[in-house]
Amino acid sequence: MAYTKRVDGRKIDEMRPMEAKVGVVDRATGSAMFKIGKTIAVAAVYGPRDLYPAHLQNPSRGVLRCNYNMMAFSGSGDRVRPGPSRRSKEISLVTEKALLPSLDLSAYPGGVIDVYVELIQTDAGTRCAGITAAAMALADAGIPMKELVSAVAVGRVGGTIVLDLNKEEEDYEGHATDIATAFTTRSGQVTLLQMDGPVTKEELKKALELAREGCQKIKELQVKAIKEKYGTKNGGEE
Amino acid sequence: MGKILVNENEIVVPGQELAEGMDYLPGDDVYREKDHLYATKIGIIKLSGRLVKLLPLTGSYMPRRGDNVIGKVVNVGLGGWRLDIGWMFEANLSVKDASSEFIERNADLSKFFNYGDWIVAEIINVTSPRYVDITVKGPGLRKLGPGRIIHVSPSKVPRIIGKQGSMITMIKDSTGCKITVGQNGMAWIHGEDPEKEIIAVKAIEKIQAESHIPGLTDRIKEFLERGQ
Repeated sequence: MAYTKRVDGRKIDEMRPMEAKVGVVDRATGSAMFKIGKTIAVAAVYGPRDLYPAHLQNPSRGVLRCNYNMMAFSGSGDRVRPGPSRRSKEISLVTEKALLPSLDLSAYPGGVIDVYVELIQTDAGTRCAGITAAAMALADAGIPMKELVSAVAVGRVGGTIVLDLNKEEEDYEGHATDIATAFTTRSGQVTLLQMDGPVTKEELKKALELAREGCQKIKELQVKAIKEKYGTKNGGEE
Repeated sequence: MGKILVNENEIVVPGQELAEGMDYLPGDDVYREKDHLYATKIGIIKLSGRLVKLLPLTGSYMPRRGDNVIGKVVNVGLGGWRLDIGWMFEANLSVKDASSEFIERNADLSKFFNYGDWIVAEIINVTSPRYVDITVKGPGLRKLGPGRIIHVSPSKVPRIIGKQGSMITMIKDSTGCKITVGQNGMAWIHGEDPEKEIIAVKAIEKIQAESHIPGLTDRIKEFLERGQ
């Protein structure tokens, strides 16, 4: 059973409609919202601030601490049980690992930068939306970063490689493989690669190419959102 | 040959390529990889000769030697005070930097500066991020009296002060308030007339919100005239 036509009528290399906004949480040092299809992620960055307990501190550079959370009402089905779970802890960890290569925390030894990613509405691709939002929030917070990070899911749905799966495709009966990826947008390094299901070497290569192109489009949106907040005009009078 | 890829005053984002070739030198918050220069923060580009400078538009305060800052006393110890200056670590004010008069050993230091007091101080040393030393000896450095403290973005402080203090003087003259702005983004405002104090606060908030739109001085001037 070949999957030739996508459930929502998109092309195989087409992402869901996206929206991005920087500066959505007033009291945070930096914040951003990223929406892809029905998935909405809000990221807030706090810090750099003092880190306790002291054994968590790193005396040579700052520590990045991410927290991924799906809100109770966010899913389409049952209420999500609040609080940390096996799944959310894992995603918090991979979010941290996805963002860290692009950050330079050497100016904050002994300190911590807290990133809180809240999913207020979910329809697949949440960890990727979270990473994309967190990257913008970190830039908004003025944390030195070498480049932005964007993330998107790719996958194999019924034998076809498609970009940015939605929940319906993830749950496709003919079997779906979901591959979450994140790339640094300038040097193109892979900072996140998770896979759930079978895929051949060739298919994976093709999927990564597709994801890389998708991430470039996301990056353009990230830059646009940042420039929207900080103004595209010059810095005013001098 | 090197090539510059951005214009003066252009707003850049992290990872944006700024220049090509070894002819250009990276300034603060700019890094070089192979023969390319890239930005690490959201900011405005200033070019001076071969140097590519980036003025960050965002970010928390980073202590620098010589900065005048406003801080709050959070701890009174035996040898000095600890102040919150908006940096992730507390700044240290030792007894010898606190007063020109003689302070006896074992004196009760809370008589000089007590918990919750706000102080204008100068950073004399940043040994490491964790050790920031400040002094209250110097012109204009003192304990602050009644008034209010407002927080502004540290990157907007130069705008609030203006060229040779033109902007802040305008607000002071127009509202009759006493204002002190610290480099760390904390400002103290005190006016005899509470109404005028509010106008001064609003003016500073307006500067913060609109500093990237040209014609700021005129708009603030108009705002101050309209306000009373």
